[in-house]
Amino acid sequence: MSHAYDIVVVGAGPAGLAAATAAAAAGRKVAVLDDNPHLGGQIWRAGAGKSARDGARERAVTAFGASGAELFAGYQVVDAVASPGALQAWVTAQQRLERFRFESLVLATGARERFLPFPGWTLPGVFGAGGLQALVRGGYDLRGKRVVVAGTGPLLPAVAAHLKQDGAEIVMIAEQAKMRQLVRFTASILWRPGKMREGLQLRADLHGIPYRTGCWVAAVEGDECVTGVRLTDGSRAWVERCDMLATGFHLVPNTELASLLGCRVTDTGVEVNAEQQTSVTSIYCAGEPTGVAGVGAATVQGEIAGLAAAGQAAAAAQLYKRRDAEASFGRALTRAFALRPEVLTLGEPDTIVCRCEDVRLGELQRRAMRYRNWTDAKLQTRCGMGPCQGRVCGPALEAMFGWRNVSVRPPLFPIPVVALCSPPSQEIEVSIPETQENSR
Amino acid sequence: MPDVHSSGGSVTVRVNDERVEVPRGAMLITALLKAGAACRVSVSGEERTALCGMGICFECRARVDGVPQQRTCQIVCRDGMTVDTQR
Repeated sequence: MSHAYDIVVVGAGPAGLAAATAAAAAGRKVAVLDDNPHLGGQIWRAGAGKSARDGARERAVTAFGASGAELFAGYQVVDAVASPGALQAWVTAQQRLERFRFESLVLATGARERFLPFPGWTLPGVFGAGGLQALVRGGYDLRGKRVVVAGTGPLLPAVAAHLKQDGAEIVMIAEQAKMRQLVRFTASILWRPGKMREGLQLRADLHGIPYRTGCWVAAVEGDECVTGVRLTDGSRAWVERCDMLATGFHLVPNTELASLLGCRVTDTGVEVNAEQQTSVTSIYCAGEPTGVAGVGAATVQGEIAGLAAAGQAAAAAQLYKRRDAEASFGRALTRAFALRPEVLTLGEPDTIVCRCEDVRLGELQRRAMRYRNWTDAKLQTRCGMGPCQGRVCGPALEAMFGWRNVSVRPPLFPIPVVALCSPPSQEIEVSIPETQENSR
Repeated sequence: MPDVHSSGGSVTVRVNDERVEVPRGAMLITALLKAGAACRVSVSGEERTALCGMGICFECRARVDGVPQQRTCQIVCRDGMTVDTQR
C-alpha cells in the first residue's frame, strides 16, 4: 500500500502533534506515524485518569483532531530516504510494509531512558522508571507493591508520584546527583512560574516519600526476582527491601532515523537551524531528538517545525523567543543530572551489558584496550547486534567507554525476512514471520 | 485503579495455557505480568520481562497467537488471544 502526503511527521508525542496540527492548519496534507497503538507519545501515553488531569494533553489532542492531519498508529518506520522523500513503515497489526511519499518530513521521534548496567539489573522486577509508568498505564496493577525508584533525572519524582497514586508503596527515591547540583537547578527555574508550580505540586504529591540525593543502586538482590536493592552513598551501603526497582538515568534522544537520513547529529542530538530544519533541506526535527529539554520545548519546537515545513516562516519566527527559553531549561537539566563517575562502574565482570545477546561486561573489559570503538566491540562480541540494535546498551557504553554507535542501517527495527523480499507497493500477507534476527 | 484507555469491562487471554483476565484496553504485557510469566528466555537462559515499556528494548518479546518476536508492550489485548513465553 502506498500513500502520498505533503508532510509526514514521525512520532505522535507533544512535538509531533504540534507539528502536524500547525502544518495541517496551514493547508497541507499531513500524515503522522507512530509505533505505539495510541497517540500521545510517552509523556502523554494514553490513559483515562491521566488525560483527565492534563490540560496540555487535552488541548493538543483536540487541536490535532480538528486539524485534518491523519494519524497512523501502530506504524513503525523501518527505512527512509530524503530525496525523493519516501519511507517504509512496518504495520504490526497487519504484519506488512506500507510506503509513504512526502515532500517534507518532520522527525519527532522522542527520547528513551538511559539504562546503566549493575549487578542484577536483568532480573524480572527491574523496570525502567518511565517504563514502569508506561506499564501501569497499560493496565499493570501495582497496588500493594513496594517500589524503589532510583537513577537520575526529573522523571524519577514524577514517576514516583504516579505510581503512588496508582497504589504502589514507594520505599524511596534515590537520586545520584549531588544536592548542590539540584539546588543550583532549582534556583535556575525560580523565574519560571509554570515550572515552579509543577515542582511544588510534585512535592505535595510526594509527601512522605524519602527523596535522597547523592545515592545510587549498587546491586539488585534476589535470585529469580527482585527482593531488595543495595544502595550506597559512596561511603556506606544498605539494603532496602522491595518487590520492584524502577530505574533510569535521564533520557537519550532517539536519533536513529535522523542518522539514517544523513542528518548531522552531534553529542547533544540532531542539529537544527532556527526553523528546526536539519542539515538535510527537506527534513525537520523537533523535541527531544534535538536535545532533551522536556514537553514545553517539544511543543514549541514542533509548532515551529510544522509551520516552517508548511512554508509559514514568518509565523514560525514569532515562536523563536519561547523556544530559546525552553532550550535553556534543557541545558540546566543536563547540568543538574550529569552522571557521577561511580554509576558508570557498577557492573561486575559477569554483569550483562547487552541484554539481547547476553554480552557480559567482562568480555568487553577484557578486550577494552583492543576495542577502540563500538564497531570493533560489536564485531567481536555481538554486543548491540540483537533486536534492539544497541538502543539499550549503546547509550550505556557511550557513557561508560565513550563508544558511539555510528552504524545505523535499515531496517531500523527487526522485521520478518519475507517482508523484505517483497516489493513494498504490493500488499503482502505474512504467514510464518521470522525476524531478521534469530528466533530466540 | 490501573490507568488504561478503556471503556470498562475486561477481556480474557491465555498466558502459557492459563486464563488471565485483564482490563479492556490493557496491553498484552499486562497479562504476562499478572500471570507472573516470563516474556522470553534469553540466549544464556535467563527469564526476562519488559524493561522499557515503550517498544524500544525488545525484552517483552513473546509468542502471540503463534507468531514469535512480538513486542507485548505495544499490543492491545483482545478476547481469546494467546501469548506464550518465547523459549
